[in-house]
Amino acid sequence: MSKALALSRLEGEAPARPVVRRVLGLPRDAWPRILMPLVIGTASLLAWELAVTVNEVPPWIAPAPSVIWSTLLRDWHTLSVSLWITLQITFAALAVAAGLGLALAILFAQSKWLELSLFPYAVVLQVTPIVAIAPLIIIWVDDVRLALLICAWIVAFFPILSNTTLGLNSADHNLRDLFRLYRASRLQELFFLRLPSAMPLFLAGLRISGGLALIGAIVAEFVAGTGGRASGLAYRILEAGYQLQIPRMFAALLLICITGIVIFLVLGLVQHLVLRHWHESAVRRES
Amino acid sequence: MEKRFGTGTLALRGVDLDIGRGDFLSLLGPSGCGKSTLLRILAGLIEPSAGILDWPSAEHDARGTPRPRLGFVFQEPTLMPWATALSNVALPLRLEGVARSEREDRAAEALARVGLAGFENAYPRALSGGMKMRVSIARALVTSPEILLMDEPFAALDEITRFRLNNDLLAIWQGARFTVVFVTHSVFESVYLSRRVVVMAARPGRVVRELAIDASYPRDEAFRTSAEYAALCRTVSLGLSEAIAE
Repeated sequence: MSKALALSRLEGEAPARPVVRRVLGLPRDAWPRILMPLVIGTASLLAWELAVTVNEVPPWIAPAPSVIWSTLLRDWHTLSVSLWITLQITFAALAVAAGLGLALAILFAQSKWLELSLFPYAVVLQVTPIVAIAPLIIIWVDDVRLALLICAWIVAFFPILSNTTLGLNSADHNLRDLFRLYRASRLQELFFLRLPSAMPLFLAGLRISGGLALIGAIVAEFVAGTGGRASGLAYRILEAGYQLQIPRMFAALLLICITGIVIFLVLGLVQHLVLRHWHESAVRRES
Repeated sequence: MEKRFGTGTLALRGVDLDIGRGDFLSLLGPSGCGKSTLLRILAGLIEPSAGILDWPSAEHDARGTPRPRLGFVFQEPTLMPWATALSNVALPLRLEGVARSEREDRAAEALARVGLAGFENAYPRALSGGMKMRVSIARALVTSPEILLMDEPFAALDEITRFRLNNDLLAIWQGARFTVVFVTHSVFESVYLSRRVVVMAARPGRVVRELAIDASYPRDEAFRTSAEYAALCRTVSLGLSEAIAE
């Protein structure tokens, strides 16, 4: 009886597309990707907690995760102000890197000579360690915020520049011929062909630069922080180090990590939303 | 309509060809015989190193040289993957600066002509190989070209799809009577489609035979299995092997 009922129901609702089994609103095969890292993370934290408690390690050498967490909650006010400052510098640097990187890449794509003459200097900028030139920039630029932004920008802008340059030059040759056939102007070719072709690589560059902008901001803050002139998260770490408030150091570090992860995920989401209709990286195979 | 040119020794030598208005002409030959090069010269994508290309046409380019409206179909569909079928077809009109509503109407009409009404908003990756090629043909037709240049457009498709596209192409051509120059390496395809087959040979690329295909249109599947078709294929095939042997 119940079997016959089940059969007739199956016949009644022939699904137009394969049914994705969902658990708590997420496709079932998405759960391992979330659960497995969580299991590993929780196990490591427990082991850490246990090791510190059993061996009676003092908190100024290695604080237990629980102590770090309570410190984070206790010092949230100070830390969140610093986090906000670091975030502002990071995002400003990323925005400028994206804007300038894109603009320069477009110039390079328009003129081979410009690319030949300027690209090596972009490489020089990229390979120079930021810790080595940050002190100079901080001396030369009066506004500390601006100096930090410049440092973060130098670190962040190269992936966007090189990726976008590559992307602009990798437009399909037949499509380029087609544009020539219809006598498209350079601007039309740029907007309707080259920029859309470069979009996947630009977004991939942006995703790398997001993390680099944060690293650039933190490194520059460290350099500036030794002069005691800034108050971002890196400065909190330095300060906590001088005062031997090691749990606070870890709390600030935790915030930096979380920020980096969030930036990575958000830019990944942007990438997915922009490319989901057409690019192989973002579309799911149906069969 | 007349044109004549000869380029440097490498790709094409002493090519002298008249193409009649409303003709369906196939360039047939082995790979490396310069048939694609010839087509690209016709399209204005590359310049002949010697000789001239003469298109009597009502339309002129910026320098006052007559330049007919061209449609070009590549061997691959060559669609913009980020744009829908409709936007892809509307591209030539967009480049000409046609207003949005008009170009969408004309693009939808062109899509309907190739049998793709209802697929306006599909992205290329959601379409099969044959459908992509149809979009590509619709894009070439959207400007109502005087001359349609096709570079082995169906070579990568399976036979069933190729036959259907052959028939549809003939139907569209008979409806509008533009000139078609069709590059192919298939004897059967060239005989089935064209009014005239130009056989080319390689090293250096040159025209070695011009064969008229005197079978009446419309041609359909019955023609494909007829004795007349088989005889014509044999003639062209013989001409091709003689041409290669020379």
